[in-house]
Amino acid sequence: MNVLSPLQWMFYLAALLAIVASLKVITGKNSVHSLLYLVVSLLAVAVCFYLMGAPFAAGLEVIVYAGAILVLFVFAIMMFGLGKDETLNAPKITSFRVWIGPSVIAALLLAQLVYVIDSPDIQDKLTSNVINAKQVGALLYGPYLLAVEIASFLLLAGLIAGYHFAKPTGYHDNNNSGGW
Amino acid sequence: MSVIPLEHILILASILFVIGFVGVIVRKNTLYILMSLEVMLNAVGVAFIGAGSVWQQADGQVMFILILTLAAAEVAVGLALLLQMQTRFKSLDIDLLSKLKG
Repeated sequence: MNVLSPLQWMFYLAALLAIVASLKVITGKNSVHSLLYLVVSLLAVAVCFYLMGAPFAAGLEVIVYAGAILVLFVFAIMMFGLGKDETLNAPKITSFRVWIGPSVIAALLLAQLVYVIDSPDIQDKLTSNVINAKQVGALLYGPYLLAVEIASFLLLAGLIAGYHFAKPTGYHDNNNSGGW
Repeated sequence: MSVIPLEHILILASILFVIGFVGVIVRKNTLYILMSLEVMLNAVGVAFIGAGSVWQQADGQVMFILILTLAAAEVAVGLALLLQMQTRFKSLDIDLLSKLKG
């Protein structure tokens, strides 16, 4: 059993944080708190991606997943009319222990990221096996071009379905036989 | 050759996938089911990126981008359906959907 390198320690710590945050997501009582833990879980997985030598995927994870998809969740939760049934038994938003969990995990991830960027030893190991965005882009618009076009159809279908389903009922006054 | 062994990456991906799967099965709130689906898709992304980094191929990241697209479309449709459900049943309980016909 050889000793673990600092890079491996960082990876296992980020993996542990991702698992803990994911467990808190599925065991949560308040949906906003679970959403916070989901954001932290995605950030931890992004740190894992960075340590695996995929900084492009790590950036996409932060920007698209944690930045766009989770904001969609937040908008939907706001439209659900929060506070009717499930926030009554939850602790108040001003209490200390509501935000202490996600912020501790996020602070650990930040400390990890600073350490990884600051340490020249880890950077040497990382730059030797990195797959950069240029390779991904060349592959994406070369052999995988058909998959990209199919994905664009998928996004178009998601757009149309989202528009159709999220339309308030009775928006069209005639022939509104009601939806789904 | 990556520093982190492939087995450990796959173990991480499996643990995350099982956590998401348990969430989908156990929870009755449909919003939590969607969130657990996100965790599952994320776990699949971990497996793809890990395999791509071990074999030094960019294919894994291409697959991850496609998974990202799929997750975005799925969340858009799912949350829109949840809005319909909230306005119709005034609740997000998945058991209410068993009354659907057709």
